[in-house]
Amino acid sequence: MSDTTQTGPIDMGNSAANDTAEKKGPMLAADGTPLKRSLNRALRRQKLRALALIAPLLIFVLLTFIAPIADMLFRSVENDIVSNTLPTTTEALEGWDHTTGEPPSEAVFEDFYFDLFLASEAKEHTKLGTRLNYEKTGVSSMFRSTGRGLDDIGDDYLDALEETDERWGDGDFWYALMSGTGTSAPEVVEARRKALARMSGDSLSGDVGFAPSNSIATLLPTTVRAYSDFAVYTALVDGDVVAEEDPWESVYVGLISDLEEANVDGYTGPEADALKAAKAALPGIEQVSLKSFFQSEDKDWVDPSVWATIQTYSPKYTSGYFLNAIDMQLTPDGIEMRPENQQIYIMLFKRTLFMSMMIMGSCILLGYPVAWLLANLPSKSANLLMILVLLPFWTSLLVRTSAWKVMLQQQGVINDVLVWLGLVSDGDRLVMINNQFGTIVAMTHILLPFMILPLYSVMQTIPPTYLRAAKSLGATNWTAFWRVYFPQSVPGIGAGSILVFILSIGYYITPEIVGGTTGTFISNRIAYHISSSLNWGLGAALGAILLACVLILYWAYDRIVGIDNVKLG
Amino acid sequence: MKLTKTLLAGTALAMTAGVASAQDMANDMTIVSWGGAYQSSQLKAYVEPYLEMHPEVSVTWDESSNEAVAKLRAMNEAGNITWDLVDVVAADAIRLCDEGLAMEYDPDELLAEGDDGTSASDDFGDLIVSDCYIPQIVYSTTFGYRTDMVPEGVDAPSNICDVFDLEKYPGKRALEKRPINNMEWALLCDGVAKDEVYDVLATPEGQEQALAKLDTIKDDVIWWSAGADTPQLLADGEVFMGSTYNGRLYSVIEEQDQPVGMMWDAQVYDLDGWIIPEGLDEAHLARVKDFIMFATDTQRLADQAKYISYGPARASSAPLVPEEMKQHMPTDPANAENTFLYNYEFWADYRDDIDAKFQSWLAQ
Amino acid sequence: MASTSDSEAFVAFERVQKSYDGETLVVKDLNLSMPKGEFLTMLGPSGSGKTTCLMMLAGFETATHGEIMLDGTPINNIPPHKRGIGMVFQNYALFPHMTVGENLSFPLEVRKIGKSEREKKVMRALDMVQMGDFANRRPAQLSGGQQQRIALARALVFEPELVLMDEPLGALDKQLREHMQFEITRLAHELGITTVYVTHDQTEALTMSDRVAVFNDGRIQQLAPPDTLYEEPENSFVAQFIGENNTLEGTVKEISGKTCTVQLDGGELISARPINVTKPGDRTRVSIRPERVEMNKERLQEGAHLLKAEVMEFIYMGDIFRTRLRVAGRDDFIVKTRNAPDQVRLKRGETVEIGWLPEDCRALEA
Repeated sequence: MSDTTQTGPIDMGNSAANDTAEKKGPMLAADGTPLKRSLNRALRRQKLRALALIAPLLIFVLLTFIAPIADMLFRSVENDIVSNTLPTTTEALEGWDHTTGEPPSEAVFEDFYFDLFLASEAKEHTKLGTRLNYEKTGVSSMFRSTGRGLDDIGDDYLDALEETDERWGDGDFWYALMSGTGTSAPEVVEARRKALARMSGDSLSGDVGFAPSNSIATLLPTTVRAYSDFAVYTALVDGDVVAEEDPWESVYVGLISDLEEANVDGYTGPEADALKAAKAALPGIEQVSLKSFFQSEDKDWVDPSVWATIQTYSPKYTSGYFLNAIDMQLTPDGIEMRPENQQIYIMLFKRTLFMSMMIMGSCILLGYPVAWLLANLPSKSANLLMILVLLPFWTSLLVRTSAWKVMLQQQGVINDVLVWLGLVSDGDRLVMINNQFGTIVAMTHILLPFMILPLYSVMQTIPPTYLRAAKSLGATNWTAFWRVYFPQSVPGIGAGSILVFILSIGYYITPEIVGGTTGTFISNRIAYHISSSLNWGLGAALGAILLACVLILYWAYDRIVGIDNVKLG
Repeated sequence: MKLTKTLLAGTALAMTAGVASAQDMANDMTIVSWGGAYQSSQLKAYVEPYLEMHPEVSVTWDESSNEAVAKLRAMNEAGNITWDLVDVVAADAIRLCDEGLAMEYDPDELLAEGDDGTSASDDFGDLIVSDCYIPQIVYSTTFGYRTDMVPEGVDAPSNICDVFDLEKYPGKRALEKRPINNMEWALLCDGVAKDEVYDVLATPEGQEQALAKLDTIKDDVIWWSAGADTPQLLADGEVFMGSTYNGRLYSVIEEQDQPVGMMWDAQVYDLDGWIIPEGLDEAHLARVKDFIMFATDTQRLADQAKYISYGPARASSAPLVPEEMKQHMPTDPANAENTFLYNYEFWADYRDDIDAKFQSWLAQ
Repeated sequence: MASTSDSEAFVAFERVQKSYDGETLVVKDLNLSMPKGEFLTMLGPSGSGKTTCLMMLAGFETATHGEIMLDGTPINNIPPHKRGIGMVFQNYALFPHMTVGENLSFPLEVRKIGKSEREKKVMRALDMVQMGDFANRRPAQLSGGQQQRIALARALVFEPELVLMDEPLGALDKQLREHMQFEITRLAHELGITTVYVTHDQTEALTMSDRVAVFNDGRIQQLAPPDTLYEEPENSFVAQFIGENNTLEGTVKEISGKTCTVQLDGGELISARPINVTKPGDRTRVSIRPERVEMNKERLQEGAHLLKAEVMEFIYMGDIFRTRLRVAGRDDFIVKTRNAPDQVRLKRGETVEIGWLPEDCRALEA
């Protein structure tokens, strides 16, 4: 048999199978795959191609719009700086009750000392001070000044230790003592590496080149912790060899504290003799409690309210910023209203919404006739008018705002004209700037094109025959306008209003310049917190609330007017 | 053939040499400053001379000192520091230092000795208010007034409390829209002794007292937020008197010939200077250090005072300031009869708290 | 019917002129009068001034000169909403934000008619156009024909005595248009409304109107009932504009009473009826309707002039044959013949002789 004769029946068999499948199973495409699958495949290819086309935009929007907003929202609740900088302290503070009116125990101060020592070496303590200063005035300088004095206590101990053995200040001596012999406990170093990495935000990978022996880690736990901090920082941040560097002062503080409890008699590791000598000399060394050390650095360290603040703000996430943003505060005793003389944000939110509405309203009043003219004038004059409308767009915002200053101030153009006309006496010139009026005027001027343009493009699509029809049906000019023309221009008003309202709600340059004290917006405070006070968390919370306000208003607008009724053209 | 080879070898040598020096010091430097007259005084006093000595270096200016703190923080978070040297006021320097955004330095290592041989740390003295701060000039915030608006038969204002005396000196005042300085002045004029001002201001009662004093003139105050506002308001006759930086008033009086007088009483000293951002690479750091050594020496700081009426931060520069500029310096004995030094530590702690109260008071 | 105003005239234009730019006249010295109940169509090419006339009548344009009278009163200074004229617009102009019912009740509301009365009138008007079930729809939910009916109902609901229609059927397809033509004329006659109808579609004009005013160049070229217009065009424009027409150019040889002899430019002689030629030697355009051309010599009068013609094209159109001939040097001469069993189907290149009755052939001005 030849090949050709063989393929014949097989083909026929296939097509017969296809026929039966068509009747019973899924439809098949020409190549035998189910029709649905090949259709899906074809569609998927189309979808992928479409996706590839919009991918640059999608990525752009994600990177420049969605991601910053998400980041901002996250900042408004993020608070891990406290627990990252003072990990053991915040843990130890959990058992402390602020209502007793007593400062925390010596153990907490000891944990705090070692946390703060590492933080100050990593220059993280002042950041924490700044953060906590938002909640409790004065904490900032406590952290800054205490950070400078942390070495003193260790230096004193070193002097005393060196009297027993000269080598206590040497790096290689300490390295030998801490490394010990026998099985090592690298997990101690690893734990410190992680703590430092969390605090500084760097990944800190690499070999520390140090691991304490199990026996020394059990014998002198605090010392080993302090030395591990030193070792990790020296090796991974400074990039030096641990054995060659003299240890930090905190290590001596740890040693003195450990020697009190430790039984070193049975210890046989390297430099055991020096250790025993130090233990023997301990009663002769003047020991300072860490609580009194901190008290001497700043008396407020024994103020329970400072510790209560640290305790209240130790969780990784806080509602504190949001509470601040609505004139409340998170205190150790719960959520409270701020004192009346510090309340400002709710008032500013209300003012911002109210003024934005006013600006929107005056934009409608002024923009509507202009848009109507634009849509109904012959194209030659309409083009000229359009240029006049767009002209402000081509002028710097600052210039326009400053021009309003020149116009509206008391020695300004408008007042001069009024005085010249005799409408106003020279003595009581009108105050038209540095108040709400000035803000509304200047912002209406700046935002007017955003009202006119959508209105114009909507009005352009309303044929003049509607008005003629209405008149031919017996309507007066006003009725024809109000019953026929106006309802059809409402989508333009809607679009313009949304644009103007949302833009004005976020404006801050113009209110800053012409707003005085009564015409500033919430965005001025946001700008202040972002660029001046650096309280980004509060700025983010204010921004998030503003965003929520806009979304709620948008939703309400959609429910009442319907977003389908918004036309930009 | 031989010639080409020699040429090639020569070029290669030159190139390696170039690379070697480039590794030592970067040839580009981005300096952040305030723009305007102040920046041009810096340009003339030491940036141009430095560029003449080092023609291979190019300098880019960024006029962002106003928002330097926020921008540096953002750069730091993005892990990309593009500034090499940033001009900031002392309060900002302290915050940048606290945030770990500015580099700590050793004055005696980084800065030149005074030309009289005093060490840099002694020459600058207390003006090094932060471990990160390299002060350049002393400026002051003080008052200017319209000489033609002084009521007839009344002496020109000469006391800080004249600001609060609406009966004797009617008219609008321009004050900065922040608590700093205003609160101190208010307390001074409410009977608080000069050396107790910050102790009083640290208490809620003291803050209330200061705001109550400010309340007496609140209706007649135009609050400014940019240094150029007060000179403009004075020139337009919108205000009778207003606070601003003394250099701004100097240019209103001397350069624009406006009928404006200076009132130096209770002027508040403040500092302007450099910080070096933390995290510069070695080449840029080396260049910046080289520049700073030059730009803050005795002669250069004295030169700067030729172009702007701010006092040099080095004690040793003072004698070198030109005679005709001395009378405009805030540090001139005639002007410095009653001065006030801005307490940086205090404001670092109390700024957030008092600002909240101040803003809330303003908005009422 | 009289072309100048008289006491019977319901609508009258008297020496009306209109200029938009002060340089050219869009309407030149227009005189027109129509009695009550008449259906008058203004027909003409675009730019001929017909719509301007309509707009002046509606009150949306003011006459530069002359008077427009409605029921004996000059209305030049009466604003459109007080004229009480119903109007149907080209694109219907139904208010998109109102339902059909609201659209219809709008003219009644502005006339302050009570609610129950209003509803009754609206329903009656809707029923009149067979759209009774659509009162709650929005215009956008209706088809073009339905919208047209609603527009008509809205123009009629407040019972105006005069209705103006500005190319109301322009947007409809052919079948619907024909149907609506019938509907509109039926309604107009049933209700006894005076109607002014503007169109550029001559079929529409001929089928619907009592009288047609043919506009060109700002003037009425001819105002006559449709049949007169077709059969007896008074000038070349009307002859050309209305229906299909063959034109031959020539010179008048002699005129005797109701016939004249014309020598065509090719030298051939034909006889025609003189319309606006006055003396021998006048240049003339001779116009013959394609269906009046005869190829069968037996049907022609004794001694009729015959012309030689060469067949250029023969088109089979079902009910008729359409033959394009070369006659007297022109090759756009059309002949229409009925598809009768004895009719010869000509072939391209064949030569035939054609002729016509002199009264079918009108000698017009050149």
